[in-house]
Amino acid sequence: MSLRPEMKRYTYRLLLTFCVYAIALVGANMWFRHAPPSGLLAYVVAILPALPIMGVFVVIGRLLVEMRDEYVRMLMVRQSLIATGFALSVSTAWGFLEGFGLVEHAQGYWTTVLWFAGLGLGGCFNALTEWRAAR
Amino acid sequence: MNNHLRTLRAERGWSQQDLAERLDVSRQSVNAIETGRYDPSLPLAFKIAELFACAIEDIFVSPSKG
Repeated sequence: MSLRPEMKRYTYRLLLTFCVYAIALVGANMWFRHAPPSGLLAYVVAILPALPIMGVFVVIGRLLVEMRDEYVRMLMVRQSLIATGFALSVSTAWGFLEGFGLVEHAQGYWTTVLWFAGLGLGGCFNALTEWRAAR
Repeated sequence: MNNHLRTLRAERGWSQQDLAERLDVSRQSVNAIETGRYDPSLPLAFKIAELFACAIEDIFVSPSKG
């Protein structure tokens, strides 16, 4: 079965943001290693790898807007909500553990990693509900 | 929401995939609607009704009427 046009656009945009992310991450690391920028430029360079990751959220948002199949859209919204709940819950719990000196400090971007892991959990939840309904 | 979609589809000899293609949705969506796990939006309900040349209430059973 061929991919729907909105899914093709989503895949293309996602690949593009990941390529930009890889370039920005390697570039920023090399910049800081070989000729560390200072002042405002340092902030700009340091935030460069974050921009394509922010772009991923825009890409996912665009897919939700463009998706014509409302049931599949509902499944994806549910998956995203599970991811959001999971990422925020773990981050909050970690924050308190860190506050009481029980765990090491974790960089803020781990929340995004948790969110993507949460998408996997949401996907499993959707698959499980579909499987139970099909029985 | 209960509905008569499966019966109407079967009367025409269509598979879920056939109906999905006619409605421009996924087979997954057709299955979810048929089994009452998902209530379609009003535009999709109208599209379904128009495809079967029925009124919406001839396909979908009002929750208040069981």
